[in-house]
Amino acid sequence: MEHIRTPKVEQVKLLDRFSNKSVIGTLHLTATHLIFVESNSTSAQEIWILHHHIASVEKLSLTTSGCPLLIQCRNFRLVHFVIPRERDCHDIYSSLLRLLRPVSYDELYAFSYNPKQNDQQREEGWQLIDLAAEFERMGVPCDQWQLTDVNREYKVCETYPRDLYVPITASKPIIVGSSKFRSKGRFPVLTYFYQEKKAAVCRCSQPLSGFSARCLEDEHMLQAISKSNHNSRYIYVMDTRPKLNALANRAAGKGYENEDNYSNIRFQFVGIENIHVMRGSLQKLLEVVGTRSLSMTDYLVGLENSGWLRHIKAIMDAAIFLAKAVTVEGASVLVHCSDGWDRTAQVCALGSLLMDPYYRTIKGFMVLIEKDWISFGHKFADRCDQLDPDPKEVSPIFTQFLECVWQLTEQFPQAFEFSEWFLIQIHEHVHSCQFGNFLGNSQRQREVLQLKERTYSLWAHLLSEKQNYLNPVYSPSFAESHPVLEPSTQACHFKFWRNMYHQYDRSMHPRQSILKQVLTFKESNRELEGTVQALKTKLQKFGVSTSPLKEDAPASTDGERTVEGSSATENGYGELTGSFGSKNEPAVVTLEFGVARMTC
Amino acid sequence: MEFAELIKTPRVDGVVLHRPFMPTVEGTLCLTGHHLILSSRQDTTEELWLLHANIDSTEKRFVGSLGTIIVKCKDLRVIQLDIPGMEECLNIASSIEALSTLDSVSLMYPFFYRPLFEVIEDGWQSFVPEESFKDLESMTDEWRLSEVNKDFSLCPSYPSLLTVPKDIDDESLCKAASFRHGGRFPVLSYYHKKNAMVMMRAAQPLTGTNGRRCKEDEKLINATLCAGKRGYIIDTRTIAVAQQAKARGGGFEQEANYPQWRRIHKAIERSNVLQDSLIKLVEACNDQSHSMDRWLSKLEASNWQSNVKEILTTACLAAQCIDREGASVLVHGTEGTDSTLQVTSLAQIILDPACRTIRGFEALIEREWLQAGHPFQQRCAQSAYSNGKPRSEAPVFLLFLDCVWQILRQFPCSFQFNENLLIMLFEHAYASQFGTFLGNCVAERGKLQLSQKTVSLWSWVNRPQELERFLNPLYEPNNLVIWPSVAPQSLLLWEGVFLRWNRSTKCLDEAYQEMVHIIEYNKELQNKVNSLRRQLAQLETEDKMVADLK
Repeated sequence: MEHIRTPKVEQVKLLDRFSNKSVIGTLHLTATHLIFVESNSTSAQEIWILHHHIASVEKLSLTTSGCPLLIQCRNFRLVHFVIPRERDCHDIYSSLLRLLRPVSYDELYAFSYNPKQNDQQREEGWQLIDLAAEFERMGVPCDQWQLTDVNREYKVCETYPRDLYVPITASKPIIVGSSKFRSKGRFPVLTYFYQEKKAAVCRCSQPLSGFSARCLEDEHMLQAISKSNHNSRYIYVMDTRPKLNALANRAAGKGYENEDNYSNIRFQFVGIENIHVMRGSLQKLLEVVGTRSLSMTDYLVGLENSGWLRHIKAIMDAAIFLAKAVTVEGASVLVHCSDGWDRTAQVCALGSLLMDPYYRTIKGFMVLIEKDWISFGHKFADRCDQLDPDPKEVSPIFTQFLECVWQLTEQFPQAFEFSEWFLIQIHEHVHSCQFGNFLGNSQRQREVLQLKERTYSLWAHLLSEKQNYLNPVYSPSFAESHPVLEPSTQACHFKFWRNMYHQYDRSMHPRQSILKQVLTFKESNRELEGTVQALKTKLQKFGVSTSPLKEDAPASTDGERTVEGSSATENGYGELTGSFGSKNEPAVVTLEFGVARMTC
Repeated sequence: MEFAELIKTPRVDGVVLHRPFMPTVEGTLCLTGHHLILSSRQDTTEELWLLHANIDSTEKRFVGSLGTIIVKCKDLRVIQLDIPGMEECLNIASSIEALSTLDSVSLMYPFFYRPLFEVIEDGWQSFVPEESFKDLESMTDEWRLSEVNKDFSLCPSYPSLLTVPKDIDDESLCKAASFRHGGRFPVLSYYHKKNAMVMMRAAQPLTGTNGRRCKEDEKLINATLCAGKRGYIIDTRTIAVAQQAKARGGGFEQEANYPQWRRIHKAIERSNVLQDSLIKLVEACNDQSHSMDRWLSKLEASNWQSNVKEILTTACLAAQCIDREGASVLVHGTEGTDSTLQVTSLAQIILDPACRTIRGFEALIEREWLQAGHPFQQRCAQSAYSNGKPRSEAPVFLLFLDCVWQILRQFPCSFQFNENLLIMLFEHAYASQFGTFLGNCVAERGKLQLSQKTVSLWSWVNRPQELERFLNPLYEPNNLVIWPSVAPQSLLLWEGVFLRWNRSTKCLDEAYQEMVHIIEYNKELQNKVNSLRRQLAQLETEDKMVADLK
């Protein structure tokens, strides 16, 4: 609290990002949030911005109406306040500067957030996702794959989890030898097992091959992976980097596998760009779509120049390649990039999602993130700028993964148990630091921070409000007819994800949401089924036997709705509002957004 | 002329049909006067019945004696026919070519088509001007129905009955007509009940280089203004284009002569530019290269989405003037038959909930497109694959449908119809068994005796069996003005038309069916609950009566 000099400023103007509209309200600064409350009592919208969500604060030069303060958030919200007095503005500005740069983990919101749960509930929350059970679900351990305790004390690889699965034939000396030949000690381990063909998806970091170095243990390791799959004589080694980047790495004593040294490998570059390119790309994208009165030409040219969709497609292409190799050829695949925690995580996770319908359920998707991202050491703290920022380490790698999943939900509307709001909500919390799951860079670090004892798990929170994230047209039987998703990779099928990048720019959204309407119908169906049952029970007390539902459908006038809350207009918008963050759903369709300006 | 003369080889066996995302079919190819038919003679496989009028262009290739004809259709589908035998292939190709480019309207299929359904409601009589005038009369008495164009001599492209201000006599109308391009003097397009403001449409005034004026024209449009009120003239052309038009005798309303009107210029492209845009867009959509940069740059270069945005923006502007500014509006471009109609019809969809019902939308198309004289036959003669020299082809109507689709996407619960209706209209505007879109104006349709000799599209669409396919299950009527967002991020490519044949829609269709099912089940459950409640209430009253008796 000592950083807050002015906790409350009145008569603050909030400017709309894309129109000339503005509202007046009061700005509150708390230890965790910046809150804007609109003065107008009838609509009185509130905006809550978590300090952790703020990426940058900018004080613009003084104008006649006051001092503008521009706040840019990691969830792509952009707010523009005008504060009447410069002194207040400066106070808020400097407080925020301090508040959004926590100096130690203890300052993160997760350590003060208290959802009124007891210790037992918290513990249960953390136990929801069990990776050992997940490997068991895949059929591991089995006659070819086993759990190794080589990393129990994080001695072989600091950034890997304790429990790792390796081929039966890979002995400890081979593992240790191989790990010494891999960047950051990240040796090849199992991440997904395709039971049907006994094919494995393994991941690692680049080999320290330089121009000519080789390592027999590493070669053995790959051979062990190959041998564990009798369906295929070869394994694929996917280097997810562009060839040029891999070549450049050789000069630094790193590089890629030499096909001459490894028996029966098929080596493949897939050309996903590095974290710096991705960071720049998103920045360009946001600049373009943040432009006021954007013309169609500038939008499309900007979209192209940002390269964003090209990168999304590159990741998707790689995942499809992986899924095909495993499911069609029955070959095992080893995936790596440089350190094996960015592009590798993207491709392994997305590839698994294409192959395994389980990961397309709400619970399964949590498991997938827990496995390929959290446990295998995607550096969330660095990439999402949680603490001690190094701008060169920040990159939207995980955002891209979520977007790839969204692109799939657009092509396969019935394949996923969750809707895009689930993805968006996860994205919110990756940056919110409200829950412990994504704090830190590795499992080891999380243990040191005692996250399970001191913070809450996001997964329990999300499951508790699961109904908000359901996809109403999800069909569990879709998985039977489409166990493996085969998305189109034609460029025209990749779209700009408006609801993610313009989540808070309501004027750009459809004014009525099909998703919410259908969800409401589905919820209403559930209630009505209950009502029908209750009524039947009552009728039976009168000795009337009731017919099953389908038989009688007496004519009732169309608009007639006697059941409370059954009409879409009654509860369609109200019901879900609170749960999607602080967004306010527009009341039906009266909103008018200065659609066109008059020019003479 | 006998069609038989054009058909050198009426049937070929062993023809293989390739269609994207569908299994190949081998069968017998037959040519009739109006159709290309491929039949596998098996019950299970779907047959191909393609109207010659739907064929936009053909290409032929030979490998040895195997010939291949690539048929590109006006609905943007591309199919391939492998025909054994070079001579057969050449014969078929030339027949298709000839049959698909027949010049005479009276040889078109609608004149030969006999419906297999009973016409219950004759669509030719469904939307007559007298009826819509009755609606207007119930709201205001400021307007009258004029017969000044009875014999189409005053304005060949207008219908015989026109709604004009009550105080303007036919003589003044004649003078105003002589001052407007093609005789298209200002007439009523829409009456906004909420605030009694109106939208009119016309063609450009013939001011020419020396600034001609016409008192009757000024009087005519001033008659629609309330005392002391100003109105807006929306010229769909840029000021530069409007200036240039003066040299050819056209022009725009001078401020000095129309002091009560404020003129706004927008930039909707002319028809030949739009045709080029369509060709480029379709080319981009059919590009099989998987490069993202290539796709986005081609999409951009086609300018299609820019055209959608500009048209929608102009329509929103017109609607805004009427609803928000409380002002009357006059819309025109050059001829008043293309961009003008896009704007006036879209503005009505935004403003008038009635236009968002199926009936109302049909009436809108009848009123603002067919009777208003959009030259369908010229504009829709060829589509995106045409090799021929473009004459007056332009996707003006398709752009209108695209804009409606954009609004529908943003207000998915405000329309009684779904996307299928829009796609169907697109198809029938370009090739149809019905006579509705034949001819260029009411006068031409009369001469062709379409209402006697052909079946109306509406006779078919409005049958309950057909209608079902076009109903939007999410529809909840609302009486509000619906303002769409015109930000580029909010406008999407209309995949249902432009990517229709380039993707498998199975997953999307099934998801849509599931949504329909959820909503239907809801209705069913509500009926069930109602009936059980009634039953229970009855039993309870009986019970109570019995108890009371005791």
